Amino acid sequence: MAQYQNLFTSVQPVGPTHHGVDLPRGDDKRTGTPFLVHLLGRIGNAQIGPVYLGSLGVASLVFGMAAFNIIGFNMLASVDWNPIQLIRQLFWLALEPPAPAYGLGIPPLAQGGWWLIVGFMLTVSILLWWARTYRRARQLGLGTHVAWAFAAAIWLYLVCGLFRPIMMGSWSEAVPFGIFPHLDWVSALSLRYGNLFYNPFHALSIVFLYGSVLLFAMHGATILAVSRYGGEREIEQIVDRGTASERAALFWRWTMGFNATMESIHRWAWWFAVLCPLVGGIGILLTGTVVDNWYLWSVKHHVVPAYPLGNPVVLDPAILGAKP
Amino acid sequence: MKITMKLALSLLAPLVAGLLSGCERPPIDTVQTGYRGTGMEQIYNPRTLLKQASLNQAPAPADAAAADGPKASQVYQNVQVLGDLSVSQFNRHMASITQWVAPDVGCAYCHNTENFADDGKYTKVVARRMIQMTQRVNQDWKAHVAETGVTCYTCHRGNHIPTNVWFAPKDRKYANSAMGDLAGQNLASKEVGLTSLPFDPFTPYLKDAAPIRVNGNEAMAGVGAYANRASLKQTEHTYSLMVHMSESLGVNCTYCHNTRNFQSWAESRPQRVTAWHGIRMARDLNNDYMGPLTDKFPVERLGPKGDVAKVNCNTCHQGAYKPLYGAAMAKDYPELQALVKP
Repeated sequence: MAQYQNLFTSVQPVGPTHHGVDLPRGDDKRTGTPFLVHLLGRIGNAQIGPVYLGSLGVASLVFGMAAFNIIGFNMLASVDWNPIQLIRQLFWLALEPPAPAYGLGIPPLAQGGWWLIVGFMLTVSILLWWARTYRRARQLGLGTHVAWAFAAAIWLYLVCGLFRPIMMGSWSEAVPFGIFPHLDWVSALSLRYGNLFYNPFHALSIVFLYGSVLLFAMHGATILAVSRYGGEREIEQIVDRGTASERAALFWRWTMGFNATMESIHRWAWWFAVLCPLVGGIGILLTGTVVDNWYLWSVKHHVVPAYPLGNPVVLDPAILGAKP
Repeated sequence: MKITMKLALSLLAPLVAGLLSGCERPPIDTVQTGYRGTGMEQIYNPRTLLKQASLNQAPAPADAAAADGPKASQVYQNVQVLGDLSVSQFNRHMASITQWVAPDVGCAYCHNTENFADDGKYTKVVARRMIQMTQRVNQDWKAHVAETGVTCYTCHRGNHIPTNVWFAPKDRKYANSAMGDLAGQNLASKEVGLTSLPFDPFTPYLKDAAPIRVNGNEAMAGVGAYANRASLKQTEHTYSLMVHMSESLGVNCTYCHNTRNFQSWAESRPQRVTAWHGIRMARDLNNDYMGPLTDKFPVERLGPKGDVAKVNCNTCHQGAYKPLYGAAMAKDYPELQALVKP
């Protein structure tokens, strides 16, 4: 009998390729002839395509590719159009937001104008893609859970790149488009606003991030472990709880006294994942707009432990009137 | 099945090896420097340290010279500094400075060997000013160099030009085009530890006196005059200066700061006060000593923007928390301890 207990999918049931259910009237046709790729079948479904692009998909890709290309050409220009340096320094390069002096104004192209254009295009692209996930789910007769989970991520993106900069009155507060530079932005945000680890919403966000990882590991492990009893057919097990489901439930009740169900575990996972960017976004939105120094905020609310100071206590030389 | 596993492993192994190659192998030494639980500790790689230590050794001092006899200014012509030394002390100093700065060329690096009093070579004019700079550091910047002091060797280490100096960075070729603004950052830059942080933290902080502090003293965001207006870009500049200091001294942030609250002086180590004075010292030397020498140097010694070579933390420290690991070299050269009136 087929065994599913492996690190990768060792069994590939392969049938004739199919186009999927009929689409409602008014929808485009799906594009591409489906084909099989054995290697991809080892980590997912072996059938590739057909794809549904539609007007939202095409519009999203157009805006997305435009943004991607403007970022890329600005990076290439920043290394004097040297393609080798582009590859060598790719992780360092970026398209930077305007300098603080421009506030929320429109800067010249070379001083952040491109950044504003890319920000607009990328945002439009992402929102169109969101609408696409919503509409595709509806057209397939699904719930819109994926769209709302995606919306949670978009919320964090918009807080960092749009809402907070507007509230701060300066585009310069926004995130640069670049690999290391956007990480430096993250560090700088924490350094400037008195250590983001003291931001309770940041703490909550980490809880949901690590919580998601833990839940994912627990759920994945549980289902793989009971797949010998058909446990991977989760949807069937929700309505017709078989021995796989019973054993899985019993395992967790024995080890920790409580168990999720075949249905509820997915709600746990969805909420943990969605709450991670949701509360994180709240934390970022409050940073600099309401709270200027999270460490001092935490001191104010008595959540910072006090440690003995050095002897003698170090004093700020600037207030001691040190020369010069 | 077996073949697939082998394939997966053979793909995975170089990937893991590649990722690990960026790491330093254990054991790494950790030294606690503050109250337990605060993370105040220094991380050292003993193998790197061993290599570093041999590069940062002070040379043996020259044999002391007799103080009696006629003064250098009475015997030699055009002696504008160190004229109070006896002739043998003066010659000892000249021999030492040759070893420190131009061991390969000798006296001729600065002097016209036909006429040692001649100021024709720019190197002689610069060297004279550098002697005064060294005296100024030892006399007026004890808050940074303490009684250890500095000599020419602290920076030069046998090189004509100290290996770690800075210039204003050159503009990229198409700096005036409408695309590719670097905003002063986002290149892999050695000065700031190969981060993508602003690559010139020196002009604003070690030449100009731009505000370094970005943290406020209030928990809540103020309004109007009470607002802390330090921007994230400004923070990145401060951050890049701090990375430069950390790299130059071979230490972590926690060598000076308690990282739970970077701004707090009370929670900092006393080393932060020394560093505070060091920043001001570098600024003083760059503006009062290096800057005015700009037109003395030939063009090829100047930077891409025509500015003179300037000092930063790495000029002296060169990876050591104290230059030459605190070797008290200056005490053997009392003539460098105090500024003398010309």
